[in-house]
Amino acid sequence: MMPQWKPVLIIKDLTKIYGGGCPRCLEVTGPDFETNICRHCGAVVACGQVSFELYPGEVLGIVGESGSGKSTVVRLLYFDYEATSGELYFRDGPSGSPSQVQLPQADANLLTLNSFQKRQLRHVCLGMVYQNPHLGLRMAVSSGGNIAERLIMAGYRHLGRMRDRSAQLLAKTEIPVERLDEPPRNFSGGMRQRVQIAKALSNNPVILFLDEVTTGLDLSVQARVLDLIRQLQSEFHLAVIVVSHDLGVIRLLTSRTMVMKCGRVVESGLTDQILEDPQHPYTQLLVSSQL
Amino acid sequence: MRFSEWLHEHGQAKKSRDYNFAFINEAAKREIRRKILKAVAIPGYQVPFASPELPIARGWGTGGLQITLSLIGPEDILKVIDQGCDGSVNAVNIKKFVGQVTGVSTTTDTRRATIIQTRHRIPEEAMTRDQILVLQVPFPEALRTVEPSEAETRRMHGEADYSQMWLYLYEDIVKFGEISIGARYPVTVNGRYIMDPSPIPRWDLPRLHLAETLFLFGAGREKRIYAIPPHTRVEPLEFEDVPFRVENFRGKACRRCGSRTTFLDEIIDEASGNRTYLCSDTSHCDKLLAQQDEQGDCACK
Repeated sequence: MMPQWKPVLIIKDLTKIYGGGCPRCLEVTGPDFETNICRHCGAVVACGQVSFELYPGEVLGIVGESGSGKSTVVRLLYFDYEATSGELYFRDGPSGSPSQVQLPQADANLLTLNSFQKRQLRHVCLGMVYQNPHLGLRMAVSSGGNIAERLIMAGYRHLGRMRDRSAQLLAKTEIPVERLDEPPRNFSGGMRQRVQIAKALSNNPVILFLDEVTTGLDLSVQARVLDLIRQLQSEFHLAVIVVSHDLGVIRLLTSRTMVMKCGRVVESGLTDQILEDPQHPYTQLLVSSQL
Repeated sequence: MRFSEWLHEHGQAKKSRDYNFAFINEAAKREIRRKILKAVAIPGYQVPFASPELPIARGWGTGGLQITLSLIGPEDILKVIDQGCDGSVNAVNIKKFVGQVTGVSTTTDTRRATIIQTRHRIPEEAMTRDQILVLQVPFPEALRTVEPSEAETRRMHGEADYSQMWLYLYEDIVKFGEISIGARYPVTVNGRYIMDPSPIPRWDLPRLHLAETLFLFGAGREKRIYAIPPHTRVEPLEFEDVPFRVENFRGKACRRCGSRTTFLDEIIDEASGNRTYLCSDTSHCDKLLAQQDEQGDCACK
């Protein structure tokens, strides 16, 4: 008998509009119109009516050209930006952090929480790795301190325990433990990304967001980072959302994929299916234009 | 009838004087008192206030002075200290000024004073519920060391997002082996706000915790008032395995009174290079000395 899988994250009609916005914004933008700028009011629909579900232990990919809204989606989910409208439900508790953070009830729309609750939720249940390590790390603070910051947010107040956990995480991400007290600005690009991954994993998140993690790294470093992500994902049984414009990354990491264009999801399904038998003209273009 | 005319008839303003009792006009005093009440109601929260002009420059104790002037009455007894000392320039001039504009009597005795204005120290002697300690504050924002933006620090206080301050302490311990903050050690007030206790040494922080006395903090240049009401928890930030420590004066004693239980100033004789120590709280040192004279023995002999 099949186990009953319940989604860990449910997203309905997630929309982000920059600018005033008007009632017709969503009608006149999207892939059918080849634009995400509303011709009536000039507002930019960064992402419009995106709905999907994420299951525990699943790796979901989001692909699309630049400006298609894929990063916007994960950064809305990580509460970096405030969504214009939409619903977001989360069904899982925090795992193993010593904090007394009170999570909102499962049936609460998380997008309507106040910024304090959002931040708490983010620190206990979510992890994020940005394309630009400057966004995710404090470059002047030691790597151990960067990881400790998240542990502090999750309620740790024991210095020795924080340092032990930081060292353990750095070892997991293949960074020599003796560089624990060195700031990430001394590190290479690949090492910075690995520190970011260690930081994101520090609070045992339920969901990990990877926003173009390997873009800008050379191929051998890319391979190592991807290997690491795959390994950690299976070890911690994380639900992961991977944003990339690199179909190779998507093929390697994900089991399910959404294709975005002009702020909308144009196609979604199993990664194999999408890449081998694309249905939407844009997906066909994307797959055929691979180098 | 205009407010100023009403005050002139009903208030304390006297025709014979060019200025109001305690220099500041009654409307400005009322503003300050209101903000003090708000500060007492929310321990550790910085309340912005309309800081009036005074005949001394901002940054020279105007915050504390405004609080003192708005609270003082004709029967009060005032003591002013500067880093524990009753006789230094800042203390003497403030005492002189308040004496001139109010006519209140002044003292150096901590026990006798009803209002004590201080810069960078808390008197050694225990204070009572009938006294008010007014501290002069140069930088009211404890988070300024980690966050330059005022809007951002306000958000951080609002959401109790203090992880950056903790991170600062973590980095300090990693770099130097211990927390290197000497004065202005951040404290948590009533389990909620992180507060700058003004540049008092770590030695004085335990005195703020569950005290009998009302502590008022005034920053004139930054236009902020905050307070620690009596019997309020004041806890210095510390990690579970790296506890907070006060300054260590083991094996050192005051050259004058021989005290080993007070906060000491280090004095270096430039000619010989010798280090000696003196009590920072001068009136307390005098008292100890007088006691020893009565008993006929002096530790320094």
